[in-house]
Amino acid sequence: MNVAVAKTGKGRAVSDLFTSAEGRLPGSPTVIAARREAFETYERLGLPHRRIEEWKYTDLRALVGEVLPLAAAPDAPALKRAADAVKAYAIAGARKLVLVDGVFAADLSDVKALAAEAGFKTLRETLEKDAGLLKTASTDAVIALNAAMATDGVVLSIADGAQLSAPIQIIHIATAASASSFTRSQVAVGKGARATIVESFVAAGAKTYQISDAVLVTVGDDADVAHIRLMDDAPDAVNVTSHFVTVGANVKFNFFNMTTGAAVSRLQGFITLAGDGSELSANGVNLLQKTEHGDTTLVVDHAVPNCVSREVFRAVIDDRGHSVFQGRIIVRPDAQKTDGKMMIRALLLSDEAEADNKPELEIFADDVSCGHGATAGALDDSLLFYLKARGLPEKQAQALLIQAFVGEAIEQIADDNLREHVIGIAERWLERRS
Amino acid sequence: MALLEVKDLQVRVEEREILHGLTLTVNEGQVHAIMGPNGSGKSTLSHVIAGKPGYEVTGGQILFRGEDLLEMSPDMRAAKGVFLAFQYPVEIPGVATMTFLRTALNAQRKARGESEYSTPDFLRKVREVSKSLNIPQDMLKRGVNVGFSGGEKKRNEVLQMALFEPSLCILDEMDSGLDIDALRIAADGVNALRSPKRAMVVITHYQRLLNYIVPDVVHVMSKGRVVKSGGKELALELEASGYAQFEDAA
Repeated sequence: MNVAVAKTGKGRAVSDLFTSAEGRLPGSPTVIAARREAFETYERLGLPHRRIEEWKYTDLRALVGEVLPLAAAPDAPALKRAADAVKAYAIAGARKLVLVDGVFAADLSDVKALAAEAGFKTLRETLEKDAGLLKTASTDAVIALNAAMATDGVVLSIADGAQLSAPIQIIHIATAASASSFTRSQVAVGKGARATIVESFVAAGAKTYQISDAVLVTVGDDADVAHIRLMDDAPDAVNVTSHFVTVGANVKFNFFNMTTGAAVSRLQGFITLAGDGSELSANGVNLLQKTEHGDTTLVVDHAVPNCVSREVFRAVIDDRGHSVFQGRIIVRPDAQKTDGKMMIRALLLSDEAEADNKPELEIFADDVSCGHGATAGALDDSLLFYLKARGLPEKQAQALLIQAFVGEAIEQIADDNLREHVIGIAERWLERRS
Repeated sequence: MALLEVKDLQVRVEEREILHGLTLTVNEGQVHAIMGPNGSGKSTLSHVIAGKPGYEVTGGQILFRGEDLLEMSPDMRAAKGVFLAFQYPVEIPGVATMTFLRTALNAQRKARGESEYSTPDFLRKVREVSKSLNIPQDMLKRGVNVGFSGGEKKRNEVLQMALFEPSLCILDEMDSGLDIDALRIAADGVNALRSPKRAMVVITHYQRLLNYIVPDVVHVMSKGRVVKSGGKELALELEASGYAQFEDAA
């Protein structure tokens, strides 16, 4: 197996990851030069480790160790498996955009139906012209690696005032074992537009694989956007995803993330409230079992006055699972009248389960209302006994209480159909519990 | 026929023996009242019959229709027809009452190898019973017991009793925290469930409840034993003379 080892002092091995993939990475010569630069940044930093504060609880060097070689483009049997997965995971009525092993699959996607409502291109097409989408302000190594290696993604633009009639569902499907895929997407929502974007990560046959994804979101003034990410990758997979979101004025932005898969995962979201009077609701659920490690890291930056942010996170951890939630609320000096609240609760189902909750407030303005809370505990025995005394077997009684526990985060999803879809994934997780 | 037979039951809670050889037989169709002062072991008995963790049975046995109840998990006891109406029903936020009722009923039916209730049949039944207990429909949409008054919580217990149709109902201090009107509604609900096939054990500190649910047999418990049994007139006697005489006897 041609495995490239990241930053172990063997510089040669690290470079192999890039040089062996280079011929397949799309882009003009300028883009390739930008990729090289990004790769050099990654190579200099290596995978993040515990001595980097932001990665303290998710030491990728220890947990992942090596970056697997780039997945080959999917062949016909792979696409066939992916088609079956699409059927299983598609949300009824949604416009699908499907990426298989990091490559856009037009035949599995609803490009025509979408064209009437939103502008769409692939990242591959975009990179023929310029490297803009590969650039972010971040100095994070995983984001640099993603910029260097991104093979494809979806680039969506939703026009000012557009009212999307159906959700857009971006489905990432992994079919290739022992390989990694790198995707990068952009969603630009115009002023006054209304849209729902769902991202689903699933496996079709592959067990051990690595996903690196980056999503750049901009939301115009007065828009109303729901952004839902459902990561249900295979139990031995790795998924590291970064979101960069910039929100305009008087926007309603509703974000939800659910982690129900992957051996190691991290979602890091950087949300900047850049326009007055916007409301952010950012919620999530981590459901972890076996030795799964799930990290949700969210930085909410109140850059301007009069914005509201609400965060509700729930983690349910069984066996030797490890949940990490890092939530930082930054209130800039100008951001007076900021109202930011964050509530994190972890439910530990075994003695060996672990939760690290790290809420942080960085407040530089003086007229604000901010707060956070974090709790961790076990299921309430008196509630369990009541349910059992009414005829529910132990596992079923636990499941009902777990569903109630995560319900508080899931109920923030306004759309009934989507909420039911999310509850369905949570129920399947509960059924997988041994 | 004997439905419940408690024989020489000895129970400990953390090294302390609470029941010291309690014997009690309840036949089908009978209503038994168990009275006694605080700390006499009344609630312990109800918890052990229902299978609440934290109690150690060190001697004796409990038979239900001749089967060893202590060998069964709490959910299996429920499926067999044992129902404990809690003194303090718990609040379960996030679990809608209707979902809870249907899940519990179907779990019991499944355990007994019966088919699950169809949704229309279930809804019809819930509507019918809740109406007779003066339980508004919107209460059933809320979380189980969340924000319910004391009377509403007890009515919810009676509602479950009516839905699950157990053959043994144990009412643990049903009158605690209820005013006289709430008590009457709950007691009427219980009386409506009296049947030749169903037995009830009414645990109470006060005689008052027995004016509404009239027992066939009254037992007096003191210090972890039944010290006297008699007809319903025994309750009145206790009301007049108090428990002190039995504390000496025990």
